[in-house]
Amino acid sequence: MAFEGSSMQKGKTEITFKKQGQAREIWRRFKKSKGAVIGLVMLVAMLAVILLADVIAPYSLATKQNLSQKLAPPSSGHIFGCDAYGRDLFARVLHGGRTSLSIAVIATMTSCLLGSILGAVAGYFGKAVDSVIMRALDIFMSVPDILFTMAVVVALGANFINLLVALTLAYFTNYVRLVRSQVLNLSELEYVEAARAGGAGSARIIATHIIPNAMGVIIVNTTLNVAKIILYESTLSFLGLGMPPPAPEWGLMLSEARSFLRTSPHLLIFPAAAIVLSACSVNLIGDGLRDALDPHLKS
Amino acid sequence: MENKGENILLDIENLKVIYKTDLETVEAVNDVSLAVRRGRTLGLVGETGAGKTTTALSILRLLPSTTGRILSGKIEFNGEDLLKIDENMMRVIRGNRIAMVFQDPMTSLNPVMTVGDQIAEAIELHNGKMPKEEIDRRVENILQMVGIIPQRRFEYPHQFSGGMKQRVVIAIALSCEPELLIADEPTTALDVTIQAQVLNMIKELRDRLGTAMLLITHDLGIVAQICDDVAVMYAGEVIESGSVEDVFTGDARHPYTAGLFNSLPDLHSQAKRLKPIPGLMPDPSNLPPGCVFAPRCESRMDACEAHRPKTVQRGSHRLRCHLFGAGQAPAVGGQGR
Repeated sequence: MAFEGSSMQKGKTEITFKKQGQAREIWRRFKKSKGAVIGLVMLVAMLAVILLADVIAPYSLATKQNLSQKLAPPSSGHIFGCDAYGRDLFARVLHGGRTSLSIAVIATMTSCLLGSILGAVAGYFGKAVDSVIMRALDIFMSVPDILFTMAVVVALGANFINLLVALTLAYFTNYVRLVRSQVLNLSELEYVEAARAGGAGSARIIATHIIPNAMGVIIVNTTLNVAKIILYESTLSFLGLGMPPPAPEWGLMLSEARSFLRTSPHLLIFPAAAIVLSACSVNLIGDGLRDALDPHLKS
Repeated sequence: MENKGENILLDIENLKVIYKTDLETVEAVNDVSLAVRRGRTLGLVGETGAGKTTTALSILRLLPSTTGRILSGKIEFNGEDLLKIDENMMRVIRGNRIAMVFQDPMTSLNPVMTVGDQIAEAIELHNGKMPKEEIDRRVENILQMVGIIPQRRFEYPHQFSGGMKQRVVIAIALSCEPELLIADEPTTALDVTIQAQVLNMIKELRDRLGTAMLLITHDLGIVAQICDDVAVMYAGEVIESGSVEDVFTGDARHPYTAGLFNSLPDLHSQAKRLKPIPGLMPDPSNLPPGCVFAPRCESRMDACEAHRPKTVQRGSHRLRCHLFGAGQAPAVGGQGR
């Protein structure tokens, strides 16, 4: 009953054991969900291939035009076939994944960070601070996401950094609301009041009592958001607002494939499959994490 | 107010607290005076909504900042008015010199921190320079003191039972050896056998450490068991206070206190039914002009509905009731209206 696991560890190694104990516990619960494990395997495999893209198919293959191979169907030489300019589709999917996934991950993190800080401040301090932040947010949210992002990209120019800025500004609003509501809930709780009665200051209460308890929800939302941003970023590229050509990028490839939909569907199928697979695997992981991190399901 | 002086640790005088919202103003605490003597225990008794917790939160200045307001009064701790010092000074006092145990142990521990870390945090907050080993040692000692095996400090709150959690909460409160411990219904959320265990432990630790205590409860049995002094609150006022002997066995008794005793089962009498106090506590946003207890009082007189009674002092026993006003002016004035 009481004296199993981490509590049995003795001596100086206790602290590391204790930390591992919690991570291991979460992993144990994560493993229980089949979908999440499949998602994780899929994502790891995709990441491995994408990270090794240069070894498997050099970047030059993705941009080198070879008109004799124009619209070539999949074959042993080009396993995904070639596009309208005779560029190897496999190399383009691999290198496009690099841009797409790194934009998705970085934009998610920056928007999460920005949004969480603003949300925590708004929720904890309330009153005027809350009003100012939330009203400013209302203005942000009243403009449709896509319009807003387009405006930013058009104004600043389309490149990696500006795309990140645009996506961050489009997505941080979710986190402000999420974290604010979490903080509002949590700061009502007795252990926060108890911490205050124990003499803890605001910064300490936010850092040790509120954020760690909101972490589960934030992590889950972050993973789910990665999937959303992958799709959203493809949409932008599809509209011609993503990375400038000839850089390979999944949404851009879809956009180019549109004209050849009837004659050469493989141009569409491969990048679309890549988008679906990555979004799907991240979603599955997010679902699994939500169950693994939820303290109410502890058993 | 006669035995004032050196041995008074906490002295509350004429405290008045309101909760103000756009819709109404709730007079939660009205002209309350209390004194906790050094090393002694004061029981604060009253039904739900009488203002007990509000009084306790005022001492630590933890009233909800949007609505709660202390209108007037003095809260002197070791001769220093807590209402006048700044927030930083207050933070040094909270947890270190005045600690609080909350009602529900299920929610007063952080679910994602091990209990050891939570105790260590409390020690660290007020002993910034203490080396890690020393803190660890103190955590183990304090756990031992509240009857928990020190090895369990690496466990999370959900691995403990309710009574054990309340022991942890008490351990956190006592970790800095405060001069005053405020316990807000520390056993209400526990079942009866565990209540007895926790109460005995509190009593033992209090005696060992010499901590003064303000024990908030609605259980007169607990008061009799561990308190030295009692104050009975009703609708934001202290209507009777004194030593346990004064209130439990004294010759004068406020009709409300009498009502409380009547609603307790007595092993020695043959009563078929308990005798509860009829009616409900007045709406604190709309208190009666006279005595707050008048609408429910069996010995109600005309004066009671017209005038707020003054506190009558009989030795260490203080009562706020016209019955003990010894036929003073209010009776006449009451008819005049």
